[in-house]
Amino acid sequence: MAATKTRSSSFSRNISAASTPQIPGLKCGPNGTIFVSSGIPDLDKILGGGFPLGSLVMVMEDIEAPHHMLLLRNFMSQGLVHNQPLLYASPSREPRAFLGTLPSPVLSKDDKSRDHDLEQEKGLRIAWQYRKYLGENQQNFEGQRDGKPDYCNDFDLRKPLERHFLSNQRIDCFSLEGSPNLDPFRERCSTFLAQLPRYDGNLTSACRIAIQSFYAPQCEYSNTEWEMLSFVRSLKSMVQSSNAVAVLTFPPSLVSSSFSKRLQHLADTLLSVKAIPDEDKELANLLTGYNDMVGLLNVHKVAHFNTQVPVILEATTFSIKLKKRRSLVLECLNQAPIDGSSGTSYATTGSCSGSSKTGTLDF
Amino acid sequence: MEVWVRRMGVGKNGDSGLLPDDDFGLILGDGESGLLLAGGESRFTGFLPWQCIVYIWSLEGTAMENGGSWNLLDQAIGPLIEDPYASRSGGSVVLIEDCVETSGAFVLHHLIKRSISPLPPHSSPVLLILVSFARSFSHYDRILRKMGCNVVVQRDNKRFIFLDMRKLECPEAMSDGDGGDTFEGGLVDLYGKIQKAVEVSIVNGGSRSVVIMIDDISLLEVAAKGSSNHVLDFLHYCHTLKTDFGCSLAFLNHEDIYSSTERSNLILQMEYLADVVIKAEPLATGLAKDVHGQLTVMNKRNFDRWKKMSYFHFRVRENNVEYFYPGSRT
Repeated sequence: MAATKTRSSSFSRNISAASTPQIPGLKCGPNGTIFVSSGIPDLDKILGGGFPLGSLVMVMEDIEAPHHMLLLRNFMSQGLVHNQPLLYASPSREPRAFLGTLPSPVLSKDDKSRDHDLEQEKGLRIAWQYRKYLGENQQNFEGQRDGKPDYCNDFDLRKPLERHFLSNQRIDCFSLEGSPNLDPFRERCSTFLAQLPRYDGNLTSACRIAIQSFYAPQCEYSNTEWEMLSFVRSLKSMVQSSNAVAVLTFPPSLVSSSFSKRLQHLADTLLSVKAIPDEDKELANLLTGYNDMVGLLNVHKVAHFNTQVPVILEATTFSIKLKKRRSLVLECLNQAPIDGSSGTSYATTGSCSGSSKTGTLDF
Repeated sequence: MEVWVRRMGVGKNGDSGLLPDDDFGLILGDGESGLLLAGGESRFTGFLPWQCIVYIWSLEGTAMENGGSWNLLDQAIGPLIEDPYASRSGGSVVLIEDCVETSGAFVLHHLIKRSISPLPPHSSPVLLILVSFARSFSHYDRILRKMGCNVVVQRDNKRFIFLDMRKLECPEAMSDGDGGDTFEGGLVDLYGKIQKAVEVSIVNGGSRSVVIMIDDISLLEVAAKGSSNHVLDFLHYCHTLKTDFGCSLAFLNHEDIYSSTERSNLILQMEYLADVVIKAEPLATGLAKDVHGQLTVMNKRNFDRWKKMSYFHFRVRENNVEYFYPGSRT
């Protein structure tokens, strides 16, 4: 969707002609950008390929629910599966413990069965001679599948990541608690990024920075908003000049709205997550598949580097679902058809109230 | 100071032509702002020297000159660099305001292209100073290349100066009782650089007119650790470059940052200083594929030659931006 849009101009790069890099986990995008996967195949598709290298991704948390952790976990796991260095920072006292909760990738055998499931669920029978086209389509989205590791994996949220991914890695953890200001963390970020200088010619690998709950009140610096903004700005400029992607989650309701706006302007890609209340009857009537949803994901801004054309998505709100309680799936919202007897949600919105009046007046 | 007279909008016979009739008002102005001496009937009719009642709005000539190639945005902004028909060679201050949903950066790119692309032969070359807090040089280079404008060549020709301020951090104040001088180090240096570039260019006679652009002011504030006084000082200093050397200024800022609380001093003063305010907003009706947003241009320099407020939709493309009035596209 986004990729085809940018390709329509005569001045953009022909993606199919551009050589795909040999490094697993990286993918060429339009306008000379290189994507890394977010760890959620659907999110990659929505964003037109993933998170571009050098971008700062912000996730606005729902303070009543931990949905941002889903995005963060998949992002981190995907990096570890691709052998990419990782810096993780959180306000907890022992951030390394969080690594134990990272999900494990679904094995390729399971993967196939999942695809099979999908086909069955679609209820679509495809004649055998067209099956190869279907395969081609999927290839486009999911990258090279034969031999090399996938660009993007499915993750099983119930299975923890295997030890060997965690042991032989350059994983850096940092606790945001306890330090009176952000200078030590800034130092840590720059030393972490310095190990991978940016070579435009031969790209070696990418690294990932994940910062959880940046504005959490237990951090001592959380009342110095300007210092935090200044940190985010310097993080952004550091990330821009290196092969890294930073994902930062923050609770927007804890900061003043003008600072939240400032942060949102600083983000290259801006997402927000929201929990779905358990018993919202109105919403349940309105949306199909409401019972499977665990939350909503909003895409506010998509990074566009080296181009002035904004990315306009087909939809900006997606439902977060857990397929078979283990893998994360994002879907467009489907509005259920409203049947005449129970569908009061539209009629009560005020503008249509006139119609009910005419019924009672009975001319 | 030039003296010009125009008839007030409500005349005896109701038309509003420029030629003085038997009733008119007298406005004294310097081409930029008019001072209304008398409006209405006939208090000044008796002793007005008719020789000086020739009024040519200074922007008229340039508009005619470029006529067809100007798009709606250009028409709304008017001449950016200078108006050769005015007595002063003054620049203008353009403020671009955008929000999270709709980026206004494309207006800045347009202004960059307009100021450094070749001008008609009789005009002197323009020097563009771009102070970037947001993006790298290669980002602008790639975008402007697609728009048909090579900034690398212009940089080599000394017509384009790029100041990468992404890592600028203003040093902390050494001692609070000592006044703010030490605090301002970063911004003072930055202003020094800009001023030097302007002076070198103007004294050497290379380019007579200079355009200074800042992308964007909100990050400048962050670099100054939120001290809006220092940011304002910096902006006022930049504004003196306009009055002293006739530089034009263009700032990008994000309006929604300031909209939540009571309007901050910074955005109010910037809007006051600006001759042209351009607001980029998303469509009120929601997301659309073929209309990317709406622009509201308020041009304070104009009395009536052009409409003061212009309002149109836009669609951003790689190599240009389409502007059109609402509803004129299917």
